[in-house]
Amino acid sequence: MWSLGPIGFAAPWLLLGLIALPILWILLRAVPPAPIRRRFPGVALLLGLTDDENQTDRTPWWLLLLRILAVAAAIIGFAGPVLNPQNAREGTGDLVILLDGSWAGAPAWQARIDRVDTLLSEAALAQRRAAVVNLNDLPVGTLPFAAPTDWQNRMPSIQPRPWQPANIVDWFAQTDSDFETYWISDGLDWDGRTDLLALLESRGNVTVFQTPRQNIGLRPARFEDGEVIVSATRSPIGNPLETAVTAIGLDPAGVERQLASVPLSFAPGEPVAETEIILPPELRNRITRFEITGTRSAGAVSLTDDALKRREVALIAGRDDREGLELLSPLFYLREALEPTADIIDGTLDDILLANPDVIILADVANLAGSEAESVLEWVENGGMLLRFAGPRLAASDQGRNAVDPLLPVRLRSGGRSVGGAMSWGEPKTLAPFADDSPFFGLAIPDDVSVTSQVMAQPDPTLADRVIAQLTDGTPLVTRSITGEGQIVLVHVTANAEWSSLPLSGLFVQMLERLAVSTRPASPDATELAGTTWLPNKVLDAYGRLEDGTALPGVAGEMLAEGTPSPTLLPGLYAGGDRQLAINVIGEETVLNVAAWPARIAIEGMDVVRETALKGWLLTATVMLLLIDVIASLAIGGRLKGPRADVAAALALALLWAPDVQAQTTEDFALRATSEVVLAHVLTGDTEIDDIAAAGLQGLSQTLFRRTSIEPAAPIGVNIESDELAFFPFLYWPVTADQPLPSREAYGKLNRYLRSGGMIMFDTRDADTARFGSGSPEGQRLQAIARSLDIPGIERIPPDHVLTRTFYLLQDFPGRYASRDVWVEAAPIDAQTVEGMPFRNLNDGVTPVIIGGNDWARAWAVDGNGRRMFPVGRGMSGERQREIALRFGVNVIMHVLTGNYKSDQVHVPDLLDRLGQ
Amino acid sequence: MTTPLALRSDAEALAAPLPPLLAEAEHLATTVLLGDHGRRRAGTGDTFWQYRPAQPHDEARSIDWRRSARSDANFVQDKEWQIAQSIILWVDQAASMSFGSDDNLPTKAARARTLGLACAILLIRGGERVGLTGLRLPPRRGEAQLMQMAQLLSQEDTTDYGAPEAQGMLPHSRAFFISDFLGDIKPIEEALMRAADRGVGGALLQVLDPQEEAFPFDGRTIFESMSGAIQHETLKAGDLKTRYLDRLAERKDRLQHLARITGWQFQTHHTGQSATNALLWLYGALEHQR
Repeated sequence: MWSLGPIGFAAPWLLLGLIALPILWILLRAVPPAPIRRRFPGVALLLGLTDDENQTDRTPWWLLLLRILAVAAAIIGFAGPVLNPQNAREGTGDLVILLDGSWAGAPAWQARIDRVDTLLSEAALAQRRAAVVNLNDLPVGTLPFAAPTDWQNRMPSIQPRPWQPANIVDWFAQTDSDFETYWISDGLDWDGRTDLLALLESRGNVTVFQTPRQNIGLRPARFEDGEVIVSATRSPIGNPLETAVTAIGLDPAGVERQLASVPLSFAPGEPVAETEIILPPELRNRITRFEITGTRSAGAVSLTDDALKRREVALIAGRDDREGLELLSPLFYLREALEPTADIIDGTLDDILLANPDVIILADVANLAGSEAESVLEWVENGGMLLRFAGPRLAASDQGRNAVDPLLPVRLRSGGRSVGGAMSWGEPKTLAPFADDSPFFGLAIPDDVSVTSQVMAQPDPTLADRVIAQLTDGTPLVTRSITGEGQIVLVHVTANAEWSSLPLSGLFVQMLERLAVSTRPASPDATELAGTTWLPNKVLDAYGRLEDGTALPGVAGEMLAEGTPSPTLLPGLYAGGDRQLAINVIGEETVLNVAAWPARIAIEGMDVVRETALKGWLLTATVMLLLIDVIASLAIGGRLKGPRADVAAALALALLWAPDVQAQTTEDFALRATSEVVLAHVLTGDTEIDDIAAAGLQGLSQTLFRRTSIEPAAPIGVNIESDELAFFPFLYWPVTADQPLPSREAYGKLNRYLRSGGMIMFDTRDADTARFGSGSPEGQRLQAIARSLDIPGIERIPPDHVLTRTFYLLQDFPGRYASRDVWVEAAPIDAQTVEGMPFRNLNDGVTPVIIGGNDWARAWAVDGNGRRMFPVGRGMSGERQREIALRFGVNVIMHVLTGNYKSDQVHVPDLLDRLGQ
Repeated sequence: MTTPLALRSDAEALAAPLPPLLAEAEHLATTVLLGDHGRRRAGTGDTFWQYRPAQPHDEARSIDWRRSARSDANFVQDKEWQIAQSIILWVDQAASMSFGSDDNLPTKAARARTLGLACAILLIRGGERVGLTGLRLPPRRGEAQLMQMAQLLSQEDTTDYGAPEAQGMLPHSRAFFISDFLGDIKPIEEALMRAADRGVGGALLQVLDPQEEAFPFDGRTIFESMSGAIQHETLKAGDLKTRYLDRLAERKDRLQHLARITGWQFQTHHTGQSATNALLWLYGALEHQR
């Protein structure tokens, strides 16, 4: 094939015909347009009239040009031009296709698979054996050579993994035959890559396929001066790049939401970008992960563990009358110990309880007012931790003396004791080693920690269980009792250095950490992790999706300490005891390096350039030019006027006909949508589905018009990217498997729509083959679409949901299929059944989503003549099902338009009557 | 050689247009009310006019005994004076008349024949004698005359432009000519002059196609007469439009002038217009002169 730039010609010799064009020019020029012969009785009156000027003797130049172009296009067209002609790869012998298959390749994995597919097709044509190997997932045994077509069938099972390959040269060294290598690289360097390259080159030719793609890795977020710092690294380093980091976490209802989003910009030439996220502690503690927006790869996700969590600690001292004595303040050491790792709240107890802190520390507070004590107790039972320090006041008070004080773990003996002081016997006491079951077990006890005074616990059968730290003489130093979901801890010495030197030592800080008053500032080191086992809670796949990891085996702490993901250590969130540790693909210090290849290696792009035959286009152009020529000739020859003008006009119209212009302006659209109630459906881009959705809503509108006082106008298809959604009370969204994801702006619009009371009815139309939440293509697409939507927790429509009685009394919600998997916003947990009432007192407002797969539009659809378009079920039962489907539609629209009106208990007697109860 | 079979088929082909032509003409004629056509005085005629006292010169058999019996005097029944008028018409049957610019429009010939025959029907119903010029069909009354007239009118001439024949005009009778008058004007002039010489009054109706008025042509064109005998080529037909229209207006002027000096009336009718208008004008023009 002879090629000219990116265009090749199948029959280049035909291009010689272009030489004939000038001759054609002269020939055409000499021939004037043919005259029209007209019968015209008035000719008798014309006799003797002569033309004013002799023109149109020759064809006008532009018409000539038009014709020459037409002929030239025809000649070039028949010469068979092909854009991007593909010269088939030649080669013999075995072929090995390597895929880096790391997380960096995940975003464009399909392109890689396509490339491999093309290479395999070529190999199949050349009758070569092939082996496809994912370097991250080496097969058992040696290189698995097979027929390329076999591999093409197996391609879907080759998936990227969330780690980088390492030490795989040996595996390749097992095979000593020669083979050619195509290496599909992710563009990132990894250990042992050059060694592998050297080995492969010794076996045969190596070709690398790689696109210079920007890989971004999100490093773990860290805490600095009250701000969360997120940083990302990239490769290759080049132009400025703007991206965004999203913090994702649970909202109070337990639904995952975007908590914050900040832009992140790489300066030109900078490998690392950093930005801070300032969030209130309540939000910050809920963050479960950070993501780089719009990148589907494990490297763009950074899970957070305890390191980012800061507990809220409220400090209350009983004695604040000694102004100015900072070092004697009972809170001074606590503040010093906690400030780096926790958020400290000051204030009165009432205010503090409203803020619902994790820990309340009472330093030498003896008495709480009755109501305060009750609310503190309630808070403790709901999971709070009350840490009390003793002191002169507590020692002097009667608190817990005669009866068990619920806010003290033990009963106290009056007075306490002093040892080793000027007025007492004995030496100051030191701490005894911590017992196995103590939370402090394992902490080293410094020699210089001594206790001179303490309050004493009343001996008691339960006392032994409650002691978690004691002095060498066996008197309790720290006691703890579990109350409800929370705990109350009493340290029998003061929080300042008056009674002991404990607050001065590092042990004090460690003990606070162990008590989970403060969080550990840094990840645990290897020695601490040695011998522990951690259970994966959530694991990341290469695409950055979180999956449940509870079924996976536990991981030894030593491996966690390394922190590098590998086949045995999946990136994810690991739990051990009460701690959580995140293993991320990108570590604090990870640097992404571009895979550099020696000059001798041929590097090809990843894009599969499709051959595009231009013949059809050129021949079409020829025909179009000739058509224009026809009209132009007619115009010149006067045939566009007179009796045949209508034909020519029709021809011209046909030529100039353009696909219907989007003439509807925004204002028209707004008027159309708002002057009457209009049901709307989301345009999916699939014409058939869109037509069915429109027909379905038309059918539903008709039904509403006939049966209810809702009289909707014709339904409107809504483009969520460009159209305003606020006009519509209801959106029907048929989900197709190949629907594009909405843009960021569209998501913003959709979320606004959902929050402001709109309803979207998602219909995956697959209830006949798939269950809700199963992996049907539509279901997966719906999950992808809904991931960024502000959808609350959902549940299957409960039997007392208001949808069951907004207009008709219904218990089933069929469409064309009669699956019961129809989901709506979950009722609040505190909804309670009132005695004698059939319905719970449910939430206000309208469910923002209805999710199902019953293909309602097909059940509702009517054609232009009002006939049903699709059969439902069989016979009378099918018609009954359609009727119920229509009734469900009526109920949905009623629910949208009237809200929870029918949920009002006022209607209960009527409804009971109608239900026959 | 004429075999009976060929003769028969020719005759049928010839007769085929007759009923529709007649029917159409009758249909057109029914739209015109005859109105006052009597002479409004006593004379020879069929219809009753008045009773008058018998005069001595009246014959006894003319006395109306029934009327006389009611009084003492004798009465005679006078009839209204009715006089039969001879009207001859000429409808151009030349090739130029068979032009119709649009399928939806009738050809000029069809319109001219319909108008001529309809007028003849009206006149015959009014008791006049109607015939064709050129001794082909002398003026007579009755339905049979109409049938014959229709037959003659259905014939077509192959010459390009027709010329009226002035023969066979009775003195002081009436005549009307329907044609496009696009051909040579000399014969028309002659015919009108001869008619005027004999004291024949009448009407000229020019039937034109809308295209002949508009001349909507452009570009290189060869114009041909209907038989193809006359040709005129132009490279830019659009330029000829004004000059053609000038000539057409000149031709109409000429006809108008001729009509005025001979005491005839002239009107132009387009096939795009309603035929009834033209018929009313024609009928009125003939009536007017009486």
